[in-house]
Amino acid sequence: MSHGESVVVVGAGLAGLRSATALRERGFAGEITIVGDEAHGPYDRPGLSKEVLIDRRTVLDTDLPVSADLHARWLLGRRAVSLERNRRHLTLDDGTTLDYDGLVIATGASARPWPGPGGLPRSGVHTLRGREDAAALRRALTDGGPLLVIGAGFLGSEVASAARALGLSVTLVDASSQPMERAVGPVVGSVLAGVQRAAGVDLRLDTTVTALPGRSVLKEALLSDGTRVAIRTALIALGALPNTDWLRGSGLRLNDGASGGIACDHRGHALQADGRPTSDIVVLGDVAAPPHPLPYDGSPAHLSLGHWSAAVDHADTVAAALLGQEDPAHEIVPSFWSDQFGLRIRSVGLPMLAERTEVHEHDPVRSRLEATYHRGGRNVGALTVNRASRLAAHRRRIVDAWYREETTT
Amino acid sequence: MKVHVDMALCASHGRCVFAAPDVFSFDDDEELTYEPSPGADRRAEVEQAVLSCPVRAITLDGDHG
Repeated sequence: MSHGESVVVVGAGLAGLRSATALRERGFAGEITIVGDEAHGPYDRPGLSKEVLIDRRTVLDTDLPVSADLHARWLLGRRAVSLERNRRHLTLDDGTTLDYDGLVIATGASARPWPGPGGLPRSGVHTLRGREDAAALRRALTDGGPLLVIGAGFLGSEVASAARALGLSVTLVDASSQPMERAVGPVVGSVLAGVQRAAGVDLRLDTTVTALPGRSVLKEALLSDGTRVAIRTALIALGALPNTDWLRGSGLRLNDGASGGIACDHRGHALQADGRPTSDIVVLGDVAAPPHPLPYDGSPAHLSLGHWSAAVDHADTVAAALLGQEDPAHEIVPSFWSDQFGLRIRSVGLPMLAERTEVHEHDPVRSRLEATYHRGGRNVGALTVNRASRLAAHRRRIVDAWYREETTT
Repeated sequence: MKVHVDMALCASHGRCVFAAPDVFSFDDDEELTYEPSPGADRRAEVEQAVLSCPVRAITLDGDHG
């Protein structure tokens, strides 16, 4: 693609903003149009399950700064509904059509809905993904508990923490044996479980919600351990699903495995159904499913992680790809964090792949922890709690192990 | 080049240390410390640190306040 042509960015969140910014930084002088399905411009999501719920920040504090040099045309409150790749042509839900020379798909993800069994009462049950969700949940928490959180992943654990800080009684239910088990493994998960229980959370592990009875007002939940919990509010925190429905029939390869998303190559070029990369479409953020960074026997070929850092770290790479410029070959290591119950959990690499966790430090008094994660002879990740000083060295070791094929254990 | 970190915002994500290890580091008490006047040759790294900070605590030159 050359200068003077036009780029459409579908998605006005962090990934849409960062990809557009990176295009300008790489010298693209043509027209940039950014389409967003929410009424407002880019905002940051991580605070929505933390400070925003306990009133330390308002939703407006999550606005992302937009450079005056971006010179983009914003089409907000509109959703892309179809893509005709052969004509380089998009249609929006209000009938607007857009032609492009280059397309960035950054449509993000949505909260996974209640999977059942059974239906839901009309009021009292929440999901949390966008600003309006956070504002609604905050109003509900202000009215008081008890709160039931279904799913003890990042989001569920953080909301449980915020609700405890507000003095609500909280029941946190997860089908796994430890909170955040998939992300941090069973060893660190058991440490988190202890912290959550010490903070007064009624943590029910190896447990599912079998019903949220009632048609109008939420009153109670039935759990698989046979108990009933009286509740005023429930949050369904069962993960997110990449927003790819509008691309059915577009001829792009959707990653229909568990993590979903649009399959792309290591530079972010979307793949066609036959597996060949497109040259004029790149994907970024929660909707992107790049090649698995550390494939192993039986691993999926593509993996959508949904990390904040992916949108930030890959933005320059996908901008270069769309402009037909040389691959900047950044040495990218996935990373995530969670702030809950006074713990600053920071991770690099992919602890989820580990067969073995090594705990190097665990100081319950100062709530410090340092752990590394291993698969075969490989260091696949590291995690610290209130010990960020140790992270950079772990990250360097992971870069060496992943990018320079030196094996560390 | 002048660097400023709003320590009220800093949440010890450590991403600035990944991006610009000669400018940012943690002390023995797990507090972030940094060189407020790094050499001009560090600009690209510090710009990367600004972009990488999840809480937008880092500002460069006169662009804060």
